[in-house]
Amino acid sequence: MGIEVRGIAKRFGDFVALDDVDLRVQSGALTALLGPSGGGKSTLLRIVAGLEKPDAGSVEIDGQDATRLAPRHRDVGFVFQHYAAFTHLSVFRNVAFGLEIRKRPKDEIRRRVYELLELVHLEQFADRLPAELSGGQRQRMALARALAVEPKVLLLDEPFGALDAKVRKELRDWLRRLHDEVHVTTVFVTHDQEEALEVSDEIVVINNGRIEQVGSPDDLYDKPGNQFVMSFLGPVTTLSGRLVRPHDIEVFTVPADDAVRAQVNRLQRVGFEVRAEMVTGTDAATTVQLTRGQSEALNLTEGVAVWLRPVPNSTGLTV
Amino acid sequence: MAESTIVPIAPAPVTPRRERVTGASIGLRTIGIGYVSLIVLAPIAVLLYRALKPGLGSVLNSLDDVETQHAFQVTAIVAGSAVVIDTVFGVAVAILLVRYRFPGRRLLSAFIDLPIAVSPIVVGLALLLVYSPTGWFGTLTQDHVITAKPGMVLATVFVSLPLVARAIIPVLEQAGLDQDQAAASLGANAFARFVRITLPTIRIALAYGVVLALARCIGEYGAVLVVSGNIIGQTETGPTHINTELENFNDDGAYAIALVLMLIAFAAILLGAYIRRRQRRGN
Repeated sequence: MGIEVRGIAKRFGDFVALDDVDLRVQSGALTALLGPSGGGKSTLLRIVAGLEKPDAGSVEIDGQDATRLAPRHRDVGFVFQHYAAFTHLSVFRNVAFGLEIRKRPKDEIRRRVYELLELVHLEQFADRLPAELSGGQRQRMALARALAVEPKVLLLDEPFGALDAKVRKELRDWLRRLHDEVHVTTVFVTHDQEEALEVSDEIVVINNGRIEQVGSPDDLYDKPGNQFVMSFLGPVTTLSGRLVRPHDIEVFTVPADDAVRAQVNRLQRVGFEVRAEMVTGTDAATTVQLTRGQSEALNLTEGVAVWLRPVPNSTGLTV
Repeated sequence: MAESTIVPIAPAPVTPRRERVTGASIGLRTIGIGYVSLIVLAPIAVLLYRALKPGLGSVLNSLDDVETQHAFQVTAIVAGSAVVIDTVFGVAVAILLVRYRFPGRRLLSAFIDLPIAVSPIVVGLALLLVYSPTGWFGTLTQDHVITAKPGMVLATVFVSLPLVARAIIPVLEQAGLDQDQAAASLGANAFARFVRITLPTIRIALAYGVVLALARCIGEYGAVLVVSGNIIGQTETGPTHINTELENFNDDGAYAIALVLMLIAFAAILLGAYIRRRQRRGN
């Protein structure tokens, strides 16, 4: 059940967008496709929706082979980055579109549309045109429109990518809560690792047309399978030839077991956090992330000597 | 997170204008107004004056003539048919060019504009070579195309072909494919998507293109003249009948027809301006 993708390949001219991709998306879960732009995640999503044809491979939705089905027969809800609002139709008619196409009775359509508008907090905007809504409101309308036809899966292509940071954060929390209420199998594409870590049950990291790793947010953060996943999911730095998180480094003002000697090169305060650039003999530069309190307790200033070692049992990969 | 803030309707983008009166603005105004006055307004004014000089009764009298009435009828039939063809073809080609990528696409796009560049009389001659009884398809077409209405419609379509397509293409390009794909994922088939999404999106541009094409079709002279054979009472149109009247030294009759054609043109321009204003207001 859910979505099953096997051996999907797609090229655009000489560019390999997807290279023999296999993926299984659990039914009812909220899954993020995470990766840098041009990595193939949107293409994969569009292939699942039928908006793009794969060169090879198969797509199964809810146990049914959908590889050759037209988008309109796939029972998927799709939400576009730039909303794809029907500009000439009111918010009500936008949400009602799929139901009108299915020729449902008028009073049923009315009931269902108002139910959905309530769910996305747009009930008082039913008669507005999309142009009279803000970006965030438009995207919520698009979501209600996609949910109206009760799709088997909901696919969102960088749904919050066109919104400003504050609205993006709000909508992200709201999507999580919505999913907890509606429980439809949901896949969303994002290049924002924070968004993926915060919202999803499972993250699929995609890069250069291949899947790098699949796992829960904690798994991926704590046990990254390779350097790409580790560096894409959070900040990294090198210490004694190992890739570590800057917040996983202990700093001592006196020599300690297994600690390497370094010199504080630069201190930068960013709000509550202090970023220290350290120079050891072996690494190009090691960035250490401390709280303001830690930095003050150690009495760090530029030019002093310190000893560094990774926090025991912290995540690290040999470079 | 229910926002109760009411978002104001974004005003349509307005090109910034310079308000100040400067030497440059006065110079440009002089050139613009002078140009339009001398080349466009003065001849039109004189024509209107000349047409109405015999008096309104006399003008109506001139128009109440079997041959003239027939010529207007032919114009209505030929222009009407040509506009229908232009519209169907224009919408189809615009969708093809904007939404599909295929070998020869750019060539097709260039060829659509050809009729604007070619002299109408050359179009007429070319059609003659292909469709006249002695032409390439002559055995097939006999005299049913050339010196008949089908040929006149053909010639009119040829010269007005790009107007509808060119009016729609920018709007289709701006709208992109997202709405169409969203409708598809919601279960709409190609016909439903065309009727419910594409047509409403382009409706104002389409109306503008149709008005332009209609004006062009009603006024066409050169291509139609060559193809129609200008048979009085049969294949004469409004514009070609003006020529006949002038040759018969019936100047009042010629100016009366010119007056009618001019009024139709004015109506078309006003209608076009009205449609474009609605378009600028963001549908």
